[in-house]
Amino acid sequence: MKFKHSLILMLTLCFSTAYADSSTPKPATAPKHASTSTADHSQFEILKQAFKSGPELTAACLTCHTEASHQVKQSLHWKWEYKHPETGQMLGKKHVINSFCGNVASNEPRCTSCHVGYDWKDMSKEPPAEDNKVDCVVCHDTTGTYSKWPTGAGHPLYEPTVSKGVTVMPPDLSKVAQSVGLPERENCGSCHFFGGGADNVKHGDLSTALLTPDKHTDVHMAADGLNFACTTCHVSTEHQIEGSRYAVNTHDDGKKKPGERRDVATCESCHSNKPHPDNTLKHVKLNNHTEKVACQTCHIPEFAKGGVATKTSWRWSEAGKLKDGKPYSEEGYTQGNGEHLHTYLSTKGKFEYGEDVVPHYAWFDGQVEYNLLSEKIDPSKVVEVNKINGSAADSDSRIWPFKRMEGSQAYDKINKTLVMNNVWGPTTDTAFWTNFDWAKAIQAGMDAIDAEYSGEFGFVDTYMYWPITHMVAPKDEALDCADCHSDNGRLADIKGVYMPGQSKNATLDKLGMLAVILTILGVLGHGLIRLFLNKRGKQS
Amino acid sequence: MSMRRVVLFTKFERFWHWTQMTLIFILLFTGFAIHGTHHLMPFDKAVMVHTFAALALILLWVFAIFWHLTTGTWRHYVPTSNGLFPVARYYAFGIFKGEHHPYRKTYQRKHNPLQALSYLGLKLFLFPAIWLSGLLYLFYPMWSNMVAGSNWLEGVAILHVISAFAILIFIIAHIYLLTTGHSFKEHVMPMVTGYDEVDLSEAEEAYLQQDELGHIKS
Repeated sequence: MKFKHSLILMLTLCFSTAYADSSTPKPATAPKHASTSTADHSQFEILKQAFKSGPELTAACLTCHTEASHQVKQSLHWKWEYKHPETGQMLGKKHVINSFCGNVASNEPRCTSCHVGYDWKDMSKEPPAEDNKVDCVVCHDTTGTYSKWPTGAGHPLYEPTVSKGVTVMPPDLSKVAQSVGLPERENCGSCHFFGGGADNVKHGDLSTALLTPDKHTDVHMAADGLNFACTTCHVSTEHQIEGSRYAVNTHDDGKKKPGERRDVATCESCHSNKPHPDNTLKHVKLNNHTEKVACQTCHIPEFAKGGVATKTSWRWSEAGKLKDGKPYSEEGYTQGNGEHLHTYLSTKGKFEYGEDVVPHYAWFDGQVEYNLLSEKIDPSKVVEVNKINGSAADSDSRIWPFKRMEGSQAYDKINKTLVMNNVWGPTTDTAFWTNFDWAKAIQAGMDAIDAEYSGEFGFVDTYMYWPITHMVAPKDEALDCADCHSDNGRLADIKGVYMPGQSKNATLDKLGMLAVILTILGVLGHGLIRLFLNKRGKQS
Repeated sequence: MSMRRVVLFTKFERFWHWTQMTLIFILLFTGFAIHGTHHLMPFDKAVMVHTFAALALILLWVFAIFWHLTTGTWRHYVPTSNGLFPVARYYAFGIFKGEHHPYRKTYQRKHNPLQALSYLGLKLFLFPAIWLSGLLYLFYPMWSNMVAGSNWLEGVAILHVISAFAILIFIIAHIYLLTTGHSFKEHVMPMVTGYDEVDLSEAEEAYLQQDELGHIKS
């Protein structure tokens, strides 16, 4: 229940006006996997000390794991920076804008509570260089007691702290150090389930529902089934973890030599690209689809399952309304597990949610292009915060499912770019969540990265796309042929491919039918004339 | 010359005709289900039945082609203008006046010239068009990479659908023409029993009575 405890912290801090009861997640602890390690960390003398801080604990880890810090510092978890090999764009949390909380720059201590390190307080600089600034235990703690304090720039609590009337105790770092192990889903989930500020807000297919899911929610992670940890698929080498949202591996032949290391987190890496077994006609036909249709498209018919909703719309343009000069909130949505969710917050604007959401489908070659500050936008249209590249013409592309997030975000009216916002900063006079002043918040956000800003802002509607790949359903829940191969099927908006049952040449069909009808009329006419004239012939 | 009842349609020919008819009806029904013209059958079942029926029909046709070539039956379909015009004229005018059909079938030529020409067209163009497009359609994944990004598949599908409509139209006309003789039954029965009235030459009559006694009624 320690996990629950850390969730409450994250949520209450995230929604500064939240009610206590609105953020009570369902108690869930994922089943642990038995350790196969050759070391029992509780027997190491160096770990039997009262650590005063995270960095002190990390220093102890590094006395044995001499290369660990160096390895972590090469990772995306540390750098928050990713140079896209195809597009050349500089991506990563350090640079991109999203349609949720927006951007990291100028909001560092709040955002870097999910950095795999300590004390990164300025995005314009590299993360702290010292080796012991890497946070080992956020991923390797198995006690469930260690969590980064939401505003601590990556640190956990070190003193008992009162938050919203509740006294929160700091973790026992010595105990944490002696209980380290391989990452379980709580470790990954402590950040990845809460992207966008709360449970399942961002991804739609990553939520606390995956802690103890049933098979319907996730056939791989089901506690009474395969019971996968995240790392079962997201394998790692030297702390580099596979599975990227920026450059997705859309095609994998799945062939692996015995003993060869898998270095992709694809379905095919286990299931091959001929995943439907035996040679029945149906399975041969289905296997023929894998070239053009991602596994996920049929096997994740819905996302945001298991009673945890995902945010489907976030309108920042509505933020900042006050009642009697005070911020307020509305709770208009009750999700499957009974929790009430905010539909309005003065700090953040208006929200909509969805559960068991039918994905948006698009051709995807694995490349995601971001609308960075250097890109000009066309405010007369819905702006795509990120673009899903791919087309039917391209042999790398497959049809993939996405969560399509709808947003309304601030932009620079003169320079025609999206903008960065300073939202967090309880003591500043610029932070939006404190002062509700867009002009100051945007100026401070843009100043933080020395970006050009005209000073005139407006709001523009946006779409943002999130590839869906988790929450795979059991095979008997996979889509049926006719879900796509029918009029107005799921892929009705997919261009460039002929799909029997859905694609039709309407003119041809009309002409064909007309020809058939004319033939029938022709023979009927011919027959009637025969009948009529024969009768007349007989009468005469 | 004398009119005799002889086996005009051998066992294989009748088996071929009726099996082909059954398969074509199945293919039309399932094909239009796949195309989405009707919804009387689920898509996956329609694809399954359509594929197996198509493969069965192709197999049947491999045998039929072999049979045409080895038995010399193909000669019945050699186009001829001899008597073509009177037959066409008959269907356009004469039939309404109660005229008799101008064509007399013979042992060597069991179809009238217009009929033979229609069957030849069906066999040389329409059937190959639907099989070729169907096979390309069925095995599309094997060549899709060669034409990635093009609308080849749509072209194949359109050809397949046009051929299907044309075959449906052929069937309507084919069935209607069965009513144009003395009776529907009289036209259908030869394809059931094999026997039909044919004007035999003396040589043919002598040959059949001598060597193919089972093929001629006394």
